Amino acid sequence: MTLIELQRDMRAWLACDDEIAAKRIGADAAPGLRVYQNNYRAQLAACLEDSFARTRDWIGEEAFHHAIVAHVERVPPSSWTLDAYPRDFPATLALLYPDDPDVAELGWLECALSEAFVAADAAAVTAGTLGAIDWDRAVLYFTPTLDLGPLSTNIPAIWAALAAGEMPPAVAVLPEPGSILVWRQDQVSRFRAIDQIERQALLAVRGGLSFAALCGAMVAAYGQEDGIARAGQLLGQWLADGLITAVEEGSISP
Amino acid sequence: MPIAGEEIVTTPFAGFGLGLRKPHYAEFLDRRVEVDFVEVISENFMVDGGRPRALLREMRSRYPVALHGVSMSIGSADGLDGAYLARLCALVDEIEPLFVSDHLSWTRIEGFSSHDLLPLPYTREALDIVCANIDRAQDALGRAMLIENPSTYIDLAPADMTEWQFLDAMCVRTGCGLLLDVNNVFVSATNHGFDAIAYLDGVPHDRVRQVHLAGHSQSKELLIDTHDQPVPASVWDLYAHVMPLLGPVASMIERDDDIPPLADLLAELSMARRIGGQTMRRAA
Repeated sequence: MTLIELQRDMRAWLACDDEIAAKRIGADAAPGLRVYQNNYRAQLAACLEDSFARTRDWIGEEAFHHAIVAHVERVPPSSWTLDAYPRDFPATLALLYPDDPDVAELGWLECALSEAFVAADAAAVTAGTLGAIDWDRAVLYFTPTLDLGPLSTNIPAIWAALAAGEMPPAVAVLPEPGSILVWRQDQVSRFRAIDQIERQALLAVRGGLSFAALCGAMVAAYGQEDGIARAGQLLGQWLADGLITAVEEGSISP
Repeated sequence: MPIAGEEIVTTPFAGFGLGLRKPHYAEFLDRRVEVDFVEVISENFMVDGGRPRALLREMRSRYPVALHGVSMSIGSADGLDGAYLARLCALVDEIEPLFVSDHLSWTRIEGFSSHDLLPLPYTREALDIVCANIDRAQDALGRAMLIENPSTYIDLAPADMTEWQFLDAMCVRTGCGLLLDVNNVFVSATNHGFDAIAYLDGVPHDRVRQVHLAGHSQSKELLIDTHDQPVPASVWDLYAHVMPLLGPVASMIERDDDIPPLADLLAELSMARRIGGQTMRRAA
């Protein structure tokens, strides 16, 4: 047996419980193979338990264990880092709980908070450093820790209660679908629920839309006075949150 | 830049250290802990940024740091993961570690990553693959690596050589050094019925730059390398046997589970200082 044949057989045993592959590895190998399979499953289960403590509290120990088993069977690990393994777990939760979007949304939030915690560093600018900016040409750059997820339930309130060890509120569906913003500020992962207006604004600015063009879009949607005020509020909030890491003066678009 | 086959073994460092684990971070930062170096798991810090990377920079400003990897997979028949190697190189460039080490094992094949240190057959084919992978890693890192002997639970026969002969040939061909895990020798010797003393006498002593000391657990059929117990007498005995055979080496306690107060680990490290210090003086 060549090395690659052996390694394929070991993969088949670990990930698929393939008894025929296990026998090819060695007639006397069964006790050792059980140790390796147990290590493999225990590592993945521990990774998911560490990453989704609030989700476990929310759906209960037994249901969470069932979700882990389903996920380990559905998604073999592919990255060199265990940190990547939790990324697909919210999709498994969505499959297991198609009528309960709160479960996958809570999973997504926990995963996004972990990702923000180790995302690339970039110092935030403050309002005090922006005095000389030509706002007609200003382009905003956001922290690389920023992420946006879907939000259709009161998961932010549920997460906060679970984190504080308090009784969480009953799940409630939002009147209108929104979004959840996750980022890191001062080495702490943070989140807040946002409406569709802010979500669209964040996506457009992240895509390169200048601040003047954002103001223009707001004016077109909400009128001169209200549109400018809303754009100003967003800018103030983003600065206070530490979301903006650079403001550069680009060329004026027609 | 190292070239395969040349004498590129990393510079010796004599001292006594600990594996740095999360429950002890604050103590290492609040005061000067009496260790000569600390070792961290490389992958825990191969992230883009945030607190882990900042913490490692802070530790590095206070202590020599060894980077110990678990995911390079030097035994993968389909070669190394380039993305992994690039991240490790970036970390090594920033931290300038005392040692860069990983295991004589494999974790990944064709896009599947087991996140466990899986055994290799000690065949000439495996030796060629391991050496090619170490050459690639050392070329990318621009320095010699240390390779650790594993704990294993399967004896993959037929073999062309013993594990210590495999390690010797690997060192000669790649110029890498050895991280000798004495507990792993005891665990594998017990599981597979070979003589631990013959192993320790057979490894290339001049290539050993670091020694790991750890504990293990007894399962129904096998000893398991759990790192959740104090170093047992059986492992201290092997340590006392091998230390006079080695040149200047860095010895450390490795504890990964059921982590006790730092004072307990420092007491264990005192034992290593007593045994290792005596034998090093005797050897000198």
